Amino acid sequence: MLRLEPRAAISRKMRWLTPLLAVALTVLTGAVLFAAMGYDPIQSLRAFFVDPLTSRYGLAELGVKATPLILIATGLAVGFRAGVWNIGAEGQLTLGALAGGSVALLFWDQEGWWILPLMGIAGVIGGMAWAAIPAFLKARFDVNEILVSLMLTYVGLLLLSALIYGPLKSPEGFGFPESRMFSESAVLPGLLEGTRLHLGAAITALVVLVVWFLMTRTLFGFQVTVIGQAPAAARFAGFSQKAMIWTSLLLGGGLAGLAGLFEVAGPIGQIVPTISPGYGFTAIIVAFLGRLHPFGIVLAGLLVALSYLGGENAQITVGMPQAVTGVFQGMLLFFLLAADVLVRYRLRFGSPASSPRAARS
Amino acid sequence: MTPRLTRRHMLGTAASGAALLTAPRLGRAQMDKVRAGFVYVGPIGDHGWTYRHDVGRLDLEAALGDKVETSFVENVAEGPDAERVIRQLATGNDIVFTTSFGFMNPTVRVARQFPNVKFEHCTGYQTAENVAVYNAKFHEGRAVIGTIAGHMSKSGIVGYIGSFPIPEVVMGINAFQLAMRKVRPDCEIRVVWVNSWYDPGKEADAARTLIDQGADMISQHTDSPAPLQVAEERGVHGFGQASDMAAFAPNAQLTAIIDNWGPHYIQRTQAVLDGTWATQNFWHGLKDGEVEIAPYNPNVPSNVIEAAEAVRLGIIDGTVHPFAGPIKNQAGEVVVAEGESLSDEDLLKMDWYVEGVQA
Repeated sequence: MLRLEPRAAISRKMRWLTPLLAVALTVLTGAVLFAAMGYDPIQSLRAFFVDPLTSRYGLAELGVKATPLILIATGLAVGFRAGVWNIGAEGQLTLGALAGGSVALLFWDQEGWWILPLMGIAGVIGGMAWAAIPAFLKARFDVNEILVSLMLTYVGLLLLSALIYGPLKSPEGFGFPESRMFSESAVLPGLLEGTRLHLGAAITALVVLVVWFLMTRTLFGFQVTVIGQAPAAARFAGFSQKAMIWTSLLLGGGLAGLAGLFEVAGPIGQIVPTISPGYGFTAIIVAFLGRLHPFGIVLAGLLVALSYLGGENAQITVGMPQAVTGVFQGMLLFFLLAADVLVRYRLRFGSPASSPRAARS
Repeated sequence: MTPRLTRRHMLGTAASGAALLTAPRLGRAQMDKVRAGFVYVGPIGDHGWTYRHDVGRLDLEAALGDKVETSFVENVAEGPDAERVIRQLATGNDIVFTTSFGFMNPTVRVARQFPNVKFEHCTGYQTAENVAVYNAKFHEGRAVIGTIAGHMSKSGIVGYIGSFPIPEVVMGINAFQLAMRKVRPDCEIRVVWVNSWYDPGKEADAARTLIDQGADMISQHTDSPAPLQVAEERGVHGFGQASDMAAFAPNAQLTAIIDNWGPHYIQRTQAVLDGTWATQNFWHGLKDGEVEIAPYNPNVPSNVIEAAEAVRLGIIDGTVHPFAGPIKNQAGEVVVAEGESLSDEDLLKMDWYVEGVQA
């Protein structure tokens, strides 16, 4: 008999071992899956995990893909630690892209160093404004922030549609729903010649460091942890729950907005009807995969980004259908999250009655 | 129920075969083998738009045999990911087909970095030395199915599931409405936008809403058969989109507009082999077989088939123009006078609706 027994304390060793175990299980199961479907397992796994990393361009693309995931997840994780569930990062990203992008379009015929910083500020404010709605409703009326933030995502996407078919539509675009291309001054400078890696990646790295410092070295970080894990104790200590709702939603929204701006001012270069392939939602997985720790999130973001790049690559080089690459990505996440059970529980063989001592006597 | 095989289907196949045999073979810059890459916006199993592009790819493989090697990526989001996928395909291919409007700017950007690779973008308007665009005149098919709807709708309300209000979609709605009003002047189209090319759940919900509002005909400019399945369930009629969807709605589908990309893919890939490829803006319809009409359902009365065929054959021989005046806009003002018709240039930037459309 196989059973799970709760551990007295969280296993530190397992915290590090489980991700490796999960990757090993994914690789094994994946190999079996690929072989069963008639694809060479070694070649398929290489297409997934190795080939995307073998060129300078591939590495840069990994950064491009991971940047929004890490940036959003870092902000969300603070809220999740405090027990504030912001599920609407996708909408906040959209509003950030709209606000920041609108600044670019407002000054489309002008040049100047000040345009990009202004866009950045507008992007952050756009995301914050969208997150302020659930924050206000939660703090004032105790309305469930999960529902409000999620629902506002769809409102945000429809707002994007309304604007891109209306005032933001390019006058030279034959009626097609796209804005003008941003001017030189409104596009993020590249970090690596010949690739799409942009300044946003460097800023994201900086944000990760700042948030790590906030969470581990300041009173704010301590408040977040206490409010999240022991709300009653937090009240006794005089920590304000309402202030935490506002801070964490505004932080999450602002960073999601910035991520949205980085997308339109970086790889896209204009406002289009579909800005994000669901980064706001994937970032939730990334946050938990990274154990809500800024550095863990960086690793998780890179891994998830790699699984996307690998999925595309496997379609091209191995001819695998998207359904199979999707199953493989799902398996990776499944094993990673499922293996977590080993952090809190240990596997025991035998029935509960036969504890080691009983067996000896 | 057996589908009616019409003569023009046989003729079409024979003609494309013949065109292939007589394809010009010029001597310069010939290649032994060509590699063609395809970027799809939906899954190849959408039974609509992407499915038909993939059928075109398979036609290409069948026609050129071991002279061609193809690869594709499906479900590529229109956004920042598209450029990477296109670039990746460009590194290993001689010609890359990008098959959705949202791939336009990424295609043009990648094309600048790969001057020796040919790019063909479907439904956009930007060309370059190595970027051609192609599209099909789907609105010609809309005129045919609009005629059928005018004859067969009882309520006079057609529910139309739209993706995005871009000119291609707008002109389809208008062509449908103009043809329908010729038969029945009091009918109207109600449009629900789902803001997606492929979202079976939303498409089905839109169909249900429209039927609840009194629509007894469903037409769509989205890629899945979900709206037709709803029509089948609710006992109303509809039309297949991009591909023959009769299998999903044997009673509901009266006919379908079929996209036929194979001949274009064969011709353009052959041109790369021959070294004769040049940029162009390709936009053909019923006449050249880019757009076809699926076999009519046996429950379509013969007089309706006659009327529909008259429109189809009229468009082919040039006597019928889907956008011939007089045309009134939504406000009831005459915008195209009698005796005039809209040019292709006007159609390609169409952003207004004709009388009787609620969008």
